Amino acid sequence: MAKLIELNGISKSFDGEKVLDSINFYIRDGEFVTLLGPSGCGKTTLLRIIGGFETADEGNLYFDGVEISDVPAHKRNINTVFQKYALFPHLNVYENIAFPLRLKKISEEDIQTRVRDMLGMVKLSGFENKSVSTLSGGQQQRVAIARALISHPKVLLLDEPLGALDLKLRKDMQNELKSIQQKIGITFVYVTHDQEEALSMSDTIAVMAEGEIQQIGTPTDIYNEPKNAFVADFIGESNIVDGIMLEDNRVKFSGHIFDCVDGGFGENEAVDVVVRPEDVDVVAPEAGMLTGKVTSVTFKGVHYEIIVDIRGFKWMIQSTDYVSPEATIGIYIEPDAIHIMKKSKYSGMFGDYSSFSDEMDRLSDADAAEEF
Amino acid sequence: MKKKHSIMRSIAAAPHVFWSILFIILPLIIVVYYAFTDSEGSFSFENILSLADYAPIFALSLELSVIATFICLIIGYPMAYIIAKAKPERQKLYIMLLMLPMWTNLLIRTYSIMAILDDGGFLNSLLNTSLHIVGTKGAVIFGMVYDFLPYMVLPIYTCVSKIDKNMWEAASDLGCKPVQVMTRVILPLSTSGIISGVTMVLVPSISTFYISQKLGGGTFELIGDTIERQFVTGALNTGAAISLVMMILILISLSVMNRFTDSDEGGIIV
Repeated sequence: MAKLIELNGISKSFDGEKVLDSINFYIRDGEFVTLLGPSGCGKTTLLRIIGGFETADEGNLYFDGVEISDVPAHKRNINTVFQKYALFPHLNVYENIAFPLRLKKISEEDIQTRVRDMLGMVKLSGFENKSVSTLSGGQQQRVAIARALISHPKVLLLDEPLGALDLKLRKDMQNELKSIQQKIGITFVYVTHDQEEALSMSDTIAVMAEGEIQQIGTPTDIYNEPKNAFVADFIGESNIVDGIMLEDNRVKFSGHIFDCVDGGFGENEAVDVVVRPEDVDVVAPEAGMLTGKVTSVTFKGVHYEIIVDIRGFKWMIQSTDYVSPEATIGIYIEPDAIHIMKKSKYSGMFGDYSSFSDEMDRLSDADAAEEF
Repeated sequence: MKKKHSIMRSIAAAPHVFWSILFIILPLIIVVYYAFTDSEGSFSFENILSLADYAPIFALSLELSVIATFICLIIGYPMAYIIAKAKPERQKLYIMLLMLPMWTNLLIRTYSIMAILDDGGFLNSLLNTSLHIVGTKGAVIFGMVYDFLPYMVLPIYTCVSKIDKNMWEAASDLGCKPVQVMTRVILPLSTSGIISGVTMVLVPSISTFYISQKLGGGTFELIGDTIERQFVTGALNTGAAISLVMMILILISLSVMNRFTDSDEGGIIV
């Protein structure tokens, strides 16, 4: 697949505060790319630069090999689905969708067929004459998507489009968006702070933090091979402990030497070790590689979430077997469940569950949802 | 429980109901009574029928006020738009500057304009010319525009500042050139503000009498002057009849204008 959009050293500051710090990134034709990050990481600004609503302070933006840094939004073959839909309240559903076509010299019959087709695709046939203010959030969302797609853009930008929908509807729309993208085969650039959404929809994910891209890769790469503590923590749950890489395939952490499958580090190099909670097996204390005391057990439906204190570090373990709080348990970790990362500026900031609470997690999610 | 609630409500509403009856309903009844009686107090259609004589005056009033309203709209819309798009702290300043003249009495302002524009007035002595301005239609229109412009700007400003900022971006994203963003999205979305503004300028300018008296230099009479003259000379019945017809005409035009605003915000009564 050819490069469709290329960003070259894009930087942007607002009121002297750097929001984007020399972003280099490209998007291939027909790809579903997600910019994923917490609120304030610059993902929306990056999207707005691609859409033409902001101009970068530095750097170049190429579209199909042509520089478009100074091309205004209405001349870009890129359309946007806005976070709050931005439907035109003075027009009905039909006219909202027909809007981009009315700006061009297109015959009334053509407009009619295209709008009808589009309404069919977003499953809103029969809604032509409804006022947009009478539609539900999900329906408004569909109108916004139809309106953005009707002029056949090469790229669709979506700015947290599902943020305002409830959970059930959000899941349905995720599938629908993905299937629309596959059906029409154009590039989608999707902005979200929801890692699950990103993992389930994207071909490529770019994880952003503090105005920088932390890692670009497929969902599996990002999940299984996070590049640093930030990515490991942001995508899914992770236990991140300090370790020493003794030699290739041998790492020491929590006072025990483990076999692992990573290599290429210096001898006795300090590293971050990531172990996903679902990869930790609970065993009898005497059979465990490490032992610790259970401090809390929470039933989560598919599994129990167990917090274990191992040498002062709180691990999270997800297990389908119940263990009682206060019990001493052993844990066993397969070599390929251990992922080694180089030390970064995020080392030591994440991955310890001593201050963990569900409520805090939800609160920070809500904050992120209110980014705009 | 429900009953008690409604009693409380009537008690709370009582002063307002009393006020409305005393100062709105009762005067209206008096106007209607006078309009349909003669000087002896017996029922008569004379007053209404005699109104045909005033048609030219009414036409002139309409002409001048429509022109003034149109000028207010042409000046007021861009002004309101610029204020609405300014930084929030600037907006407050601009609105205050706009309201500042209204802190001075309307009559005093009209006198001042007269003093400035008069044949031997400030403007002529400053420019050392002998322009004849006061006594022309232009002067009256200028007076109306000057006095009523804020009433055009404020509702449009309120309306434009409420438009979602994404509308500009969405329009241009979907292919609108800057001019099309205005004509296809922003202007249609400001209709309710424009209609409120037009009403708030048209109604007072059509019935004004002091502006035409002072700036018209006594050369022509508008419908407001006519009504005033009737009451001053004691012809209460004719005066009431003209007022009543004016009121009905204004009500009709307001309801026609309201047809154009389907949203309930920013609209006007009726």
